[in-house]
Amino acid sequence: MRQQGRALLIAALLAGLAGPAVARRDKEDAPAAQQGSSAEPENPYPSTYKPYPGRPTAIRGATIFDGEGGRIDNGVVFLSEGKVTAIGGPDTPIPADIAVFDGTGKYVTPGVIDIHSHLGDYPSPGVEANSDGNEATSAVTPHVWAEHSIWPQDAGFSRALANGGVTSLQILPGSANLFGGRSVTLKNVPARTMQGMKFPGAPYGLKMACGENPKRVYGSKGREPSTRMGNMAVNRQTWIKAREYEKKRAAGKDQTRDLGMETLADVLEGKILVHNHCYRADEMANVIDMSKEFGYKVAAFHHAVEAYKIADLLRDNGICAALWGDWYGFKMEAYDGIKENIPLVHRAGACAIVHSDDQDGIQRLNQEAAKALGAGRRMGINISDEVAWTWLAINPARAMGIADQTGSLKVGKMADVVLWNGNPFSTYSRPEKVWIDGALLYDSANPKLRPVVDFELGQIGAGDVK
Amino acid sequence: MFATATPALAQSLVITGATLAIGDGSEPIRNGTVVISAGKVVAAGAGVAVPAGAKTIDAGGKWVTPGIMSGFSRVGLAEVPAVKETNDTSARSPFSAAIDVAPVINPLANPIAISRTAGVTRAVVAPATGTNIFAGQGAVIDLGADMSPITRPRAFQYVEMGEAGVEEAGGSRAAMILTFKMMLTQAQDYAKAPASYDGRSKDALLNRVDAQALVPVVSGAMPLMVHAESARDILAVLALRQDFPALKLILAGATEGWMVAPQIAAARVPVITAGLEDLPSSFEKLAATQSNVGRLVKAGVSVSMGMLTGDDALQLRAATQQAGNMVALLKVPGATGLSWGQALRTITSAPAEAMGLGDRIGSLTPGKAGDVVIWDGDPLEMTSAPVAVWIDGVQQPLENRQTRLRDRYATPTEGALPKAYEW
Repeated sequence: MRQQGRALLIAALLAGLAGPAVARRDKEDAPAAQQGSSAEPENPYPSTYKPYPGRPTAIRGATIFDGEGGRIDNGVVFLSEGKVTAIGGPDTPIPADIAVFDGTGKYVTPGVIDIHSHLGDYPSPGVEANSDGNEATSAVTPHVWAEHSIWPQDAGFSRALANGGVTSLQILPGSANLFGGRSVTLKNVPARTMQGMKFPGAPYGLKMACGENPKRVYGSKGREPSTRMGNMAVNRQTWIKAREYEKKRAAGKDQTRDLGMETLADVLEGKILVHNHCYRADEMANVIDMSKEFGYKVAAFHHAVEAYKIADLLRDNGICAALWGDWYGFKMEAYDGIKENIPLVHRAGACAIVHSDDQDGIQRLNQEAAKALGAGRRMGINISDEVAWTWLAINPARAMGIADQTGSLKVGKMADVVLWNGNPFSTYSRPEKVWIDGALLYDSANPKLRPVVDFELGQIGAGDVK
Repeated sequence: MFATATPALAQSLVITGATLAIGDGSEPIRNGTVVISAGKVVAAGAGVAVPAGAKTIDAGGKWVTPGIMSGFSRVGLAEVPAVKETNDTSARSPFSAAIDVAPVINPLANPIAISRTAGVTRAVVAPATGTNIFAGQGAVIDLGADMSPITRPRAFQYVEMGEAGVEEAGGSRAAMILTFKMMLTQAQDYAKAPASYDGRSKDALLNRVDAQALVPVVSGAMPLMVHAESARDILAVLALRQDFPALKLILAGATEGWMVAPQIAAARVPVITAGLEDLPSSFEKLAATQSNVGRLVKAGVSVSMGMLTGDDALQLRAATQQAGNMVALLKVPGATGLSWGQALRTITSAPAEAMGLGDRIGSLTPGKAGDVVIWDGDPLEMTSAPVAVWIDGVQQPLENRQTRLRDRYATPTEGALPKAYEW
């Protein structure tokens, strides 16, 4: 949860992440791979996602949060050909022959974006046979790609759509490792393959983890790292290798392809965004120094329960904090969690994001944001509803490098839209309809517009309202 | 710092001008009055006479409810669950059913203070299994800032009879059911002739102290809280009464309870559930839906909610979110939700009644404990919070280490001295 009253400032801070420097690895017309034995294919697992058919649609009369901090009362949103075509007040012109929904008393927002999910790599049912989130065999596994674990038949995707209004999400490998591997960003549509969900043009992320998890998992096996200083030492040694690899690659010199080093070299070149699981303020400061030592940038600290202690540091370094509404205390590095974390980060001028890391939490990110919003207001941090919605929309989009395509209701952006049946910060509100790229993929009033994944089909409870 | 102080004495208290919810399932009323005296509710409702001379608080239209009661938790048994030195929820111990949480609840645990600040005044506290399907005896506690947390010790025995119980019983449901029956049979043996009970040979499933602990369970003197999720496991649990007719059952979990709601209702067994489960997260929860609670209530089952999906030592405050989401379902076509008053009941009077304490706690009806909360908004909204909390008529502190951290870091930069000097 975080905020975003300072959209311009944050945009400036994040420009290096979301701008044209980010590689569009899914473009079919990408330049040919460079020559030499270290040459790598540009895009070996390309997205096959195609927007589903929609029809020109307008929602009229609703309160609109545009996702960048703007609010329109009695507004109009017009979607056509998969894009937001127009947005404005009641007089916004719309064609006569299109589907028009009355949003009176309701709310329209851009689709919720979860920057931290394990749907698909820790799917339901959570049996050992499906447990594909942590390659917990070495603390350094930048060579694994989360997308190769994803089971598209995880019913969690459909619940996140129907109850949470989630339209895009980043799937990360787990946090057992210092270098956990590559993330993948998905559009939240049912599909037979991972590629059918893959967000076109989204940059990859690299999952890293601080603190207790790596040292516990490997320390308990009598291997390095077993301490926080071990964590940092292994990180730094790995970055040294990555620098060498990247240097050779950039110079076109021969070297055997190394999948892990390819990922890290891409990080050093700014093509892959670092998503660093890190709870404690002091550890985040260590990571910031390390990123400067090796010349890379952290896009976001995830789970940063102590972000509020160093909100100024995050702001000054242009790093987002992806946070829970009220999780605390389940382990030592979460002991100082407070409900005001998000508003405090927001108020300091840093970029705050609400994230779930949870198959249930992802269904209620709006309510997690509400917890933080209320707590902030009680301590005198008066953030409006529309500004708070940036925590769920443009801020995660920026940290994921997809803000030019989604994350707000702006003309020309993907028509990823939720019509809520009440104020979305109320516990009593749920998505009524959800469009992804202009296609109506959830309608609470239509049981046939409720996805039933293969795993559920023919099982008890299939097709039930969930 | 608060909890070590001498407990404050319960004073007479009158709250007027409340948007008042009684907690018994009825809907909130405007301009209600609550009268507390000697730690108990004297009257609550509209048109209640205000006694002369009592301390009176004008709620100014704010919401007033009974304190929230968590129907299931492990609060006070763990400070930081992942730090084993602080975690007393389960044990690899020679003992099982005889284990009793009451003497070891830590009223100074920070999660108790944090939950109290969120309006949670009572909680069911269960142990977790360690050596066999029986976990031991749970308690009902209050979350007051004093050193006397126990409302009712040994309030129930807790047993795992779903996938977790299968694992404890060696790997099959058939073995689990047989284990349960043989253990209760041995408890009956113990009850008949304690002195000659064989608690030491290899044939003994229960040592003497555990056998003794199960005697009140077999006789129905102590409720048996059974954790089972799937429809088939629930029916198997209800069928246990064929062999042990006196069993006083409470179902915990019951994610698929809606599928066998008529049977649960006919058996008059209360259910304590999580409310928001809607994923086939395990094979015992394939039919999970958030409409479970609404459908059970509609079938006539008494339903409470609690932390059955994890974070049971920490997040008791999620009760209001669980309840609020049941209300949200009223607006979802095809779903079965609860009215606001019914939803509040699942986290106040229903858990109290499930524990056999309906005459003492859980609602603002005359004679009940003076557990009262004034909220700054609708208590089932996540933007709301308590502004005042009383337990047994004693006003509670609403500070905790989280509020202290919040205040210290209201601005992150350091002043003339480091942050460590700001306290």
